[in-house]
Amino acid sequence: MTDKTVQTKQQRGFVNWFNERYPWADFWRKHLSEYYAPRNFNFWYFFGSFSLLIFVGQILSGIWLVMEYTPTADGSFASVQHIMREVRYGWLVRFMHTTGASAFFAVIYLHMYRGLIYGSYQRPRELLWLIGMAIYLMLLFEAFTGYVLPWGQMSYWGAAVITSFASAIPYVGDMILVWLRGDFNVTGVTLHRFFSLHVIAVPLLLVVLVFVHLVSLHHVGSNNPDGIDIKKHKDKNGVPLDGIPFHPYYTVKDLVGVAVFLFIFCYIVFFMPTMGGLFIEADNFLPANPLQTPPEISPVWYMTPFYAMLRAVPNKFLGLLTMAAAIALMFVLPWLDRSSVRSIRYKGLASKIAICIFVISFVGLGYLGHEAVSPLRTMCARIFTVCYFGFFLLMPFYTAKEKTKPLPERVTE
Amino acid sequence: MTDVIDQKRRCFLRRATTVVGGVGVAFAAVPFVQYWLPSADTEAAAEPMTIDISKLKPREQLTVPWRSMPIWIIKRDQEMLDTLAKLTPTLRDPLCTQDQQPDYCENVHRSIKQDIFIAIGICTHLGCVPTYRPDVASVDPAWLGGFYCPCHGSKYDLAGRVYKDVPAPLNLKIPRHMYVSATEIKIGEDADGVEGSISIS
Repeated sequence: MTDKTVQTKQQRGFVNWFNERYPWADFWRKHLSEYYAPRNFNFWYFFGSFSLLIFVGQILSGIWLVMEYTPTADGSFASVQHIMREVRYGWLVRFMHTTGASAFFAVIYLHMYRGLIYGSYQRPRELLWLIGMAIYLMLLFEAFTGYVLPWGQMSYWGAAVITSFASAIPYVGDMILVWLRGDFNVTGVTLHRFFSLHVIAVPLLLVVLVFVHLVSLHHVGSNNPDGIDIKKHKDKNGVPLDGIPFHPYYTVKDLVGVAVFLFIFCYIVFFMPTMGGLFIEADNFLPANPLQTPPEISPVWYMTPFYAMLRAVPNKFLGLLTMAAAIALMFVLPWLDRSSVRSIRYKGLASKIAICIFVISFVGLGYLGHEAVSPLRTMCARIFTVCYFGFFLLMPFYTAKEKTKPLPERVTE
Repeated sequence: MTDVIDQKRRCFLRRATTVVGGVGVAFAAVPFVQYWLPSADTEAAAEPMTIDISKLKPREQLTVPWRSMPIWIIKRDQEMLDTLAKLTPTLRDPLCTQDQQPDYCENVHRSIKQDIFIAIGICTHLGCVPTYRPDVASVDPAWLGGFYCPCHGSKYDLAGRVYKDVPAPLNLKIPRHMYVSATEIKIGEDADGVEGSISIS
């Protein structure tokens, strides 16, 4: 009995000693035990924490892969085979990394869709949305540089096509292209610098951006499916009546989600790591050959919507501009939405139809970008591209004109 | 000594420090930017290269890697050369006015010798390698022979001139080259001694 009290006293003593020197307790309160999140979070609110989990997983499996990988034109392809066949559990770590890349985009797209339907980008969360978009852009770059590393045919030709985007820049395009590639074509020099960017530069930047994203989120507070401000109604202690502490309520809720997520993730890692050519394309099992392009090249699924737009435009420069504009429009979303309400639940019919058309167009473009070109498919891709741009460019009009439903005072669930 | 802060002086010093520091950062960035340019050994490996074409048969395509780029050498027969004039209305730049070839190849057949065609086999759209399709009607019914890019469907004629209504904007590039002898071609160097890949770089 006395021993126990002495021990707790000692523990407290250490905790106090620590907290006097580092604001651990403050941090814990501010960001977990006294961070009040709306109590009506639903299914869509899992994907933020999933993406954080995947990010940690990618860094872990990535560090392990680098231990056995060789970033040279001669050694790369063979070193990936070495990891797959000779390194203990090398296949597992590699498939965790490749599946993790696709899973990352799956959850990020769902996370962005959540922001879209519940208007989470609206005032005062515009900066939060912009930081998120910067993360998305960096992730695209990270995924592209990573896909080059196994130095298969798709790696090589993906690198050739994407770096050659630079050649569309008037006058200095060719010079920039040589500067980017470090050689007169895509070669081992290019591979080696992409390796550096993939394992150091971009992940480091991503860590910073994710940190800033969370700081920004905790400063403005989480949005919710009703899109109303929970800080309007507080109890006498200043705690929002519709808020619950993030820890333990949402940490435990997310843990349940994580269990389900990991179950699906592991199923893919063990039983369908290539996902029938969606996650790892068949042509990437052939070593890179600079003299021969595969009969059909398409990027991995998470980039296909933009690739379909590129192919839909019959002019090289305008095609690239379309693709860039498609991403740029996502950045300015907070300033396109003129609605007085945030959530789709209270927006009018026009917004609901617009989001439906947008989803169909985006998924449709994703499908078309993965398929070979045909006149019918090109026509569809053009229609979807117009719809995609229409969704964003007409938003200031239909969101301002439509009749919205009255907002409730308190969250509804 | 007074406690009054001279705001004007402080403001000047702050601006001066920012400017000097900014110039320093700009200069310090130079090595980091230049680091990305081709290194000395990469440039050395990109030197001109001699190719023997004595064994090349008519209609045959020889692909040689130079600077890791596929260099094509094709011996065109009369039938192939005859197609060039017919295609003029369907081409984007039939007279080769764009800077995609050295001056001495700025003609309809885009070569020094009429029959020997030399080009960099990289599509001017997004850098894929087009396929050599010499046979009539092998790509579409009106096809007279040429190059077809499998990536996005760009088409070129047998002189590497790009068709209208395809995504590729320019004709295929012709590298600098010269004849060392009747059967030997030097890629990457002019008869004038100018080295490099193409006219513009």
